[in-house]
Amino acid sequence: MEALALDLPHTTDTTEGEGAGNIARLSPQAVETALRVQDLSKSYGDGNVEVFRDVSFDVAEGQAVALIGANGAGKSTLLRCCLRLIEPDAGRILINGFDLSAQHGRALRKSRAKVGFVFQKHNLVPRLSVLSNVCHGGLARGHGVRAWGHGLSRKVEREHALHCLDQVGLADLAERRADHLSGGQSQRVAIARALMQKPGVLFADEPVASLDPCAGEDIMDLFARLNKDRGLTFVFVSHQLEHALGYADRVIGLQDKRIALDTSTHTQTLTSLRGLYD
Amino acid sequence: MTDSAQRAQALDLPARFDLPGPLRAAAFAVFLAFFLWALAGAEISISELLAGIPNMGVIVSEMVPPATDRVGPMLMSVLVTFQMALVGTVIGVLLSVPLAVLASRNMTPHPWVYTGVRTVVSFFRTVPDLAWALFFVASVGLGPFAGTLTLIVDTIGFCARFFAENMEEVDPGPAEALSAIGARRIDIVACGVLPAALPAMTNTSLFALEKAVRSSVVLGLVGAGGIGAELAASMEMFRYDQAAMIVLMIFVLVLGVERFSSAARARFISGNET
Repeated sequence: MEALALDLPHTTDTTEGEGAGNIARLSPQAVETALRVQDLSKSYGDGNVEVFRDVSFDVAEGQAVALIGANGAGKSTLLRCCLRLIEPDAGRILINGFDLSAQHGRALRKSRAKVGFVFQKHNLVPRLSVLSNVCHGGLARGHGVRAWGHGLSRKVEREHALHCLDQVGLADLAERRADHLSGGQSQRVAIARALMQKPGVLFADEPVASLDPCAGEDIMDLFARLNKDRGLTFVFVSHQLEHALGYADRVIGLQDKRIALDTSTHTQTLTSLRGLYD
Repeated sequence: MTDSAQRAQALDLPARFDLPGPLRAAAFAVFLAFFLWALAGAEISISELLAGIPNMGVIVSEMVPPATDRVGPMLMSVLVTFQMALVGTVIGVLLSVPLAVLASRNMTPHPWVYTGVRTVVSFFRTVPDLAWALFFVASVGLGPFAGTLTLIVDTIGFCARFFAENMEEVDPGPAEALSAIGARRIDIVACGVLPAALPAMTNTSLFALEKAVRSSVVLGLVGAGGIGAELAASMEMFRYDQAAMIVLMIFVLVLGVERFSSAARARFISGNET
């Protein structure tokens, strides 16, 4: 994979989110923690099927954290709960000091806008161009209707979207339809869309699960560069323990509805992590 | 014989066909009884059909050759029919889009809104277009305007329901991704749902156009403008040769619209459009 120049603005853009979003902002000391999860619980079916209970952890700014665990352990649900894409039953979620659990409507949307989320299936809008999909990253940043597609956006926004595509090595495919891309290319466009948000935190839910090993390594290398060069806080779910050890500073393991493991990857081996799946 | 074949023989094979249970048999018997009852109500009579065949022969013979003496006015009426269908469909489709958003489970802002809009759309659809035509003729007078209003209502009843279902069937992934970005509901509809539902919605719209062309012919029979009025007048004056010419014109119009819509459907849904 070619070397990528990563020169986007560093860390969270704080020029937006004034007003309603700031009401729930905590003290400046708390801001050094990019993500704080406190006593988070989630169950389905009127509480009959408990996914996880009283889960708590902090992620420092710039840290790369891998969430691992067996199928059904609740990793993806936990990540979605962190953005309230799935509503948790109890607990608090603070991102860059903003209490998402207390936010609604516009304030919640503003907070979400500062967090990139890359899904297992890229979730691009299939019939639109690559550039239009990247422009969607500006939807909650005040671009409004101009972010509905690159045809409606201003020159500066189109240039920024193209720049984000360049970051993931796909500037030459800007006009191609999203459903005419390979799996790896689609995932890169999804990352470019996340970069368009100028996020401080990036979540990825099994981002390479549907890719071949080479494309998967390329995508994980890209995430690693974004984390190291931009200081982007990176939390990802993975079933591949090699990725957890190779790309994360820290690994959090879910087992039996709780955090069974929360440690630096430097102290772990593949064998020790496999114990989580017994 | 191999071990696995022997083991398979030892197992009980399921029957090729399941015998219906008592409930299914009873349901079938009830349906049969209703059908026989309906046959009686429909006054199906083979003897009357056989007696009517000579009359059919007389009418068909009077239809040939079709009359050409009023081709000019008839063509104008066909044109008006097409104009009514086109305008009614386009306005109906445009009005159906917001209603469909409110009537789709995944996009509606509230379950009450969903139920309310679904009920209105069902009402539009279930009341026959002839009843709407009579209502609008009584309200705004005879002519194409009443027919166009009828077609708008008819198109909304058809398209709003199917558009809503098209929106419900789209992959929820892009909408979830846009929601994660912090997009508003209107952004999610415009950027994630509508582009994905567009091929199916185009298909539905083209069917609505075909349906409107056929409906607009019938609407003329009750004074709502178009070629239907010409057809009714010809039949009432026993000018079957003129009626034959009108039927031919309607056939060409409907066939033309169907061919156009098939071509447009194939081109658009094949995925060559961005």
